[in-house]
Amino acid sequence: MIEVKKLIKRFGLKTILKGLDFTVQPGEFVALLGPNGAGKTTFLRILASLSRPSLGSVKVAGYSLPNESAKVRARLGVVSHMPLLYPDLTAEENLQFYARMYGLQNQASRITEVLGMVGLEARRKDLVRTFSRGMQQRLAIGRAIIHDPEVVLFDEPYTGLDQDASEMLDEVLRSVAAKGRTVVMTSHDLARAEDLATRFDVLTRGVIVSSGSREDFKNSNLLDFYKKALEA
Amino acid sequence: MKEPTPSFFKAVFAIAHKDLAAEFRSRELLSAMLVFSMLVILIFNFALELDVKVRQSVTAGVLWTTFAFAGTLGLNRSMAVEKDRGCMDGLLLAPVDRSAIFFGKAISNLAFMLVVEAIVIPLYAMLYNETRIFQWEFLGVLLLGSIGYISVGTLLSAMSVQTRTRDVLLPILLFPVAVPVLLASVKASGGIVAGLPFEEILAPLNLLIVYDVIFLATSFMIFDYVVEE
Repeated sequence: MIEVKKLIKRFGLKTILKGLDFTVQPGEFVALLGPNGAGKTTFLRILASLSRPSLGSVKVAGYSLPNESAKVRARLGVVSHMPLLYPDLTAEENLQFYARMYGLQNQASRITEVLGMVGLEARRKDLVRTFSRGMQQRLAIGRAIIHDPEVVLFDEPYTGLDQDASEMLDEVLRSVAAKGRTVVMTSHDLARAEDLATRFDVLTRGVIVSSGSREDFKNSNLLDFYKKALEA
Repeated sequence: MKEPTPSFFKAVFAIAHKDLAAEFRSRELLSAMLVFSMLVILIFNFALELDVKVRQSVTAGVLWTTFAFAGTLGLNRSMAVEKDRGCMDGLLLAPVDRSAIFFGKAISNLAFMLVVEAIVIPLYAMLYNETRIFQWEFLGVLLLGSIGYISVGTLLSAMSVQTRTRDVLLPILLFPVAVPVLLASVKASGGIVAGLPFEEILAPLNLLIVYDVIFLATSFMIFDYVVEE
């Protein structure tokens, strides 16, 4: 579903991604871990077609970037630590706007379905600026899946959320993944990543230095795996 | 559901509609533009000797100065709303040609500028006792000038909003580029107020039309590169 080969990304003289290889099978939930400044967000922005690769090949859902970016975007949902929502519009109006941007048919029923999925049906007529951070993040997930994408990218979705909101977000993330979607999530919250993901890749210094599934560290845990990967 | 079919025009309409609906609720942008415009009109009213001859010669200049500065306020704010909450990424993620974002934003910016003009023109007429600005020709020039100013302004605000000094950068970038449209607008509208024959205002009017077409076409072609990282 995602195939990245020898990806290089430069900003001026600085090279952020240094020949990165990355493959994700359909239906996989991959947690992309790494320290601050490792290039996780840059990598996700390239996958989302928000940034151009300097060199290398990137394919998402069978379409290559940047040449077929519109086709990729039609099959992709993105959730970042910013909700990408308009505070002066209601929850329903925000989803309606994105549904129009994706050219959806049956918008009303899809919006109701998505609001139900993220637990915000009762607040559909409320302005987004009255929402808590957790509610905004849940609505942001609704926005990202409004067009029923095959691939969903989450960039630090837990940033700024309290414990209750994080737990609620866990449930929404599980339901997103349960629909058979391919998910790539960056996170610093190892416990949550271990709970949700099926595969764990460690990105540091611009390359993936280690990749493993839960079965690979039976007698240890994700923290040990992560530390070993960074020390290597 | 799997194969959405976004249309360019529907995306343009969605963006413009979203901006107008949000502004209708908050009134942040329009109120700032209106208060600024009214202050400028009032200050000029106190500063100038309002005999008939002076009034006739300053009308176009005062109005276009007011609209140009108020327009810059609106352009800055309109793009900042998209950038500050990351909504620009939301727009860029939509599977439509990115020039649809330009046209959607330009239409809403133009609507805001026209609303300000619709309020400021009667106010100006009242304060300056100047009724010749209600001629259709004058209003037509106002529309053409606004289209040119907004088209180049929307493009440049998409560039300047990426920087930390966006509030300062936009006027610095915009005013030199918009000089032809402002000059042509002042010349054409000044000529109409002065009651000059149509042949004499044809040259600035043509420049205005050409400028509008060039900037709309250029923005359509390069907007994708302007917003790209």
